[in-house]
Amino acid sequence: MKARVDITLKNGVLDPQGKAIQHALGALGFDGVNDVRQGKVIELQLAGDDRAAAEAALKEMCEKLLANTVIEDYRIKVL
Amino acid sequence: MKSAVIVFPGSNCDRDLAVGLERASGRAAEMVWHKDAALPEGLDVVAIPGGFSFGDYLRCGAIAARMPIMRAVVEFARKGGHVIGVCNGFQVLIESGLLPGALMRNAGLKFLCKNVELIAATSNSPFTSSLEVGQRLTIPIAHHDGNYIADSELLLKLQAEDRIAFRYADNPNGSVDNIAGILSQNRRVLGMMPHPERLNDPALGGNDGAKIFESLTHSLMASA
Repeated sequence: MKARVDITLKNGVLDPQGKAIQHALGALGFDGVNDVRQGKVIELQLAGDDRAAAEAALKEMCEKLLANTVIEDYRIKVL
Repeated sequence: MKSAVIVFPGSNCDRDLAVGLERASGRAAEMVWHKDAALPEGLDVVAIPGGFSFGDYLRCGAIAARMPIMRAVVEFARKGGHVIGVCNGFQVLIESGLLPGALMRNAGLKFLCKNVELIAATSNSPFTSSLEVGQRLTIPIAHHDGNYIADSELLLKLQAEDRIAFRYADNPNGSVDNIAGILSQNRRVLGMMPHPERLNDPALGGNDGAKIFESLTHSLMASA
């Protein structure tokens, strides 16, 4: 089973890398980019085929390691 | 004062930290490998060094904070042990939950490696007991992710509880309230981005860093 975790900075947490990307896009002539937020994607290959169990395990993985919940949100998708 | 320095793959200030502790206390620090599950007996101080543990993968300090030795360090701190984390060590302490907040990419996005001026913000801690509030120290920084973040509630709490140990005189990285180092609630865990162990010998241009290790030694001797 494949799963995907998207990790993004929480709203309100300043993202200096996102800002740098936004400025670079502006320098390339892409006008109208109002905001850029940079995050990360983690793809996992899981054993078994119990979706509910996988989702529960992924949630625990996010809370314990994959995300820093002080500043980051995560979204889990079992594919 | 019996101290230990934790060594992770990618730690690079571990030996300097051991020298700093040894010079202040007259006793060699034990080097402890991150895969060990237990700390040496009878320790007074555990030090988490700077560097790039596990290549800064995932988040700085995130992998190191989940290594077996860190469970023992957390337990040691919960029982009232003294812990100092410098730079990557500060990141590890935050990731392991011993200190609150988060350290993000420097506001200017650049890796910063230079001497900075710090202002001691409290003398009410074992690490700063020999310093006066407002005293200035020159200490080097060398980090990419030292931008300390706290929400307004946490910041008010840190201020009200006098838990800000050091502030930057000239904020290099965007840290909220110019914070360079903070204390735990029981004041026995210190995390700081600047490297006191790197300016610990007049032959290297100064020894302001020694004041922190000397404070710690004096405090522990006074309480023994």
